[in-house]
Amino acid sequence: MPKTMISSVRACCVMLLLLLGSTSLLAQGLVVPPVSGSPTARPITIVPFGYEGAGLPLETDIAAVVTGDLNRSGQFNALGRDNIIEYPVRASDLRFDTWRMLKQDYIVIGRVLDSNEGAVRIEFELYDVGTRKRLFGLALPARRADLRAASHQIADYVYEKITGIRGAFWTRMAYVTSTGLGKNTQYALMVADSDGYNPQVVVRSGEPLLSPAWSPDSKKLAYVSFERGSSSIYLQELTTGSRQILASYRGINGAPAFSPDGTRIALTLSQTGNPEIYIMDLATRRTTQITKHYSIDTEAIWTPDGQNLIFTSDRAGKPQLYQVSAAGGEPTRLSSKGEYNARATISGDGKKIAMAQGAGNVYRIAVLDRSRGGADYTMLSPGNLDESPSFAPNGSMVLYAAREGQRGVLYAVSADGRVRQRLVLADGDVREPAWSPFRQR
Amino acid sequence: MNKTMRVVLMGVLAVSMAACATKKKDAPPPPPEPVRETPVTPAAPDDGKYSAEDLNSDSCLRQRVVYFDFDQADIRSDAAAILACHGKYLSDLSGAKMTLEGHADERGSREYNMGLGERRGNAVSSALQANGGSSAQITVNSYGEERPTCAESDETCWGKNRRVEIVYTQAQ
Repeated sequence: MPKTMISSVRACCVMLLLLLGSTSLLAQGLVVPPVSGSPTARPITIVPFGYEGAGLPLETDIAAVVTGDLNRSGQFNALGRDNIIEYPVRASDLRFDTWRMLKQDYIVIGRVLDSNEGAVRIEFELYDVGTRKRLFGLALPARRADLRAASHQIADYVYEKITGIRGAFWTRMAYVTSTGLGKNTQYALMVADSDGYNPQVVVRSGEPLLSPAWSPDSKKLAYVSFERGSSSIYLQELTTGSRQILASYRGINGAPAFSPDGTRIALTLSQTGNPEIYIMDLATRRTTQITKHYSIDTEAIWTPDGQNLIFTSDRAGKPQLYQVSAAGGEPTRLSSKGEYNARATISGDGKKIAMAQGAGNVYRIAVLDRSRGGADYTMLSPGNLDESPSFAPNGSMVLYAAREGQRGVLYAVSADGRVRQRLVLADGDVREPAWSPFRQR
Repeated sequence: MNKTMRVVLMGVLAVSMAACATKKKDAPPPPPEPVRETPVTPAAPDDGKYSAEDLNSDSCLRQRVVYFDFDQADIRSDAAAILACHGKYLSDLSGAKMTLEGHADERGSREYNMGLGERRGNAVSSALQANGGSSAQITVNSYGEERPTCAESDETCWGKNRRVEIVYTQAQ
């Protein structure tokens, strides 16, 4: 074979490898369809931002990202692109009568300028169409590669200025994927933006991975891995990938959950013969047993004040939610309705607790509002096998896992249940979504 | 369907599943016994005790899966024969060791199912000890709902996934 041919064959192989590599990476990404806003929510227009620099056109449609975020929250109904008839990018272009005619309450306009060393500066403004007042304006520096992150931050500002509640779009989610069946299953723990974009592999394994939990600074994940043959709890730094084993006792090592101050982790161990809740001090690695009962006690989460744990126990026969002091003591039953309540998630203000609620073969996500006397349940999902709810850090949305046909899919639903977005994997199952805490601006 | 029929069917299912599991297995520990032709009629051991060869030939010992009802860890009557012969095997070959892999169906939360899988493993462990095995020969490892054998969301499939698999790690 002539040398040139060999090298071209080699080049071809390299190309093929690159292609294979990229498709396997793509296969990990979530398919994210656009979502329409709730028709009864606040009408808002996000005008496409103008690029006024001299470089290549921007790869990210900032207004489209902001529109998607606001629609998904259930709080806004953003005007569709087809109905946007004028394209103001600064105040002097803005004709309020046009937007009043289109029955818009708010409008966001913006422009992108070149900045130093290939970076850009995004200037945007939010106006109240009715009063013609400027509610907010900001210039955000951003790298061209980080325009989606900048867009989510813009959505956060808009959301906060209008609703009075901090936005949670510039956050991330962790989730677990699996492909294959039985002993040939491949698992991956992933992290993506809150809208499902930019998926990144945290860890891959031929053995089960489950129960990802964020540290309060959102820089680390604790999770369960079977890669040593049985369950162990790992703690991994996301930027460096460095990790350590937190717990690998005999039996189950499961359900890690960081305390709100990040100094302790609640976890489930069955070293005594059945699953009990423990708290591990992260500095000393010493564990303290919190529950002591022959039933299954697991899935502890912390109340936002760090004083109590809410966990799942079948001490009354079927799984129900209980609350216990983080200092130990006698647990009290928390869930009062439904034959099966498990896997709690709590809103940042501590008022709402979402759970997987089962009746017969139907499992749905229920939200208990404790500020309304303790027995006020709202169903957030239609079923049949919905599980693993996770509140956004501002309590405005819930991520959960569902089963469709033979596939696991994720849903992002507004806390009022009005807007629901489905996130699916191109190939395989996706499950156990965990919404990250807020990031530092 | 009468009970005998059901037991027979379960047996067939268990054998075929066990066969599958052995075939697919490619990780350590390796199967201790070389594959070889076994006599058509499994000869009953002269002294009434099992030998390591019986693991691959004895029709009862070849059944390695115990099934459970929903959210239950009680041993069903259809598992009695399997537990009796494996318990006797552990008793006859004191060097034998096994892992009991506990599993749950997809309904309910994952960490709760981890506990349920362990509870089932413990129930099988107790039954094997009641039949002559010792606790030192048995390790329980729960996989919860993370390792289903089938993916449909119906009772047939759930019934197959609610199980404890007996995996010998040392034959004698």
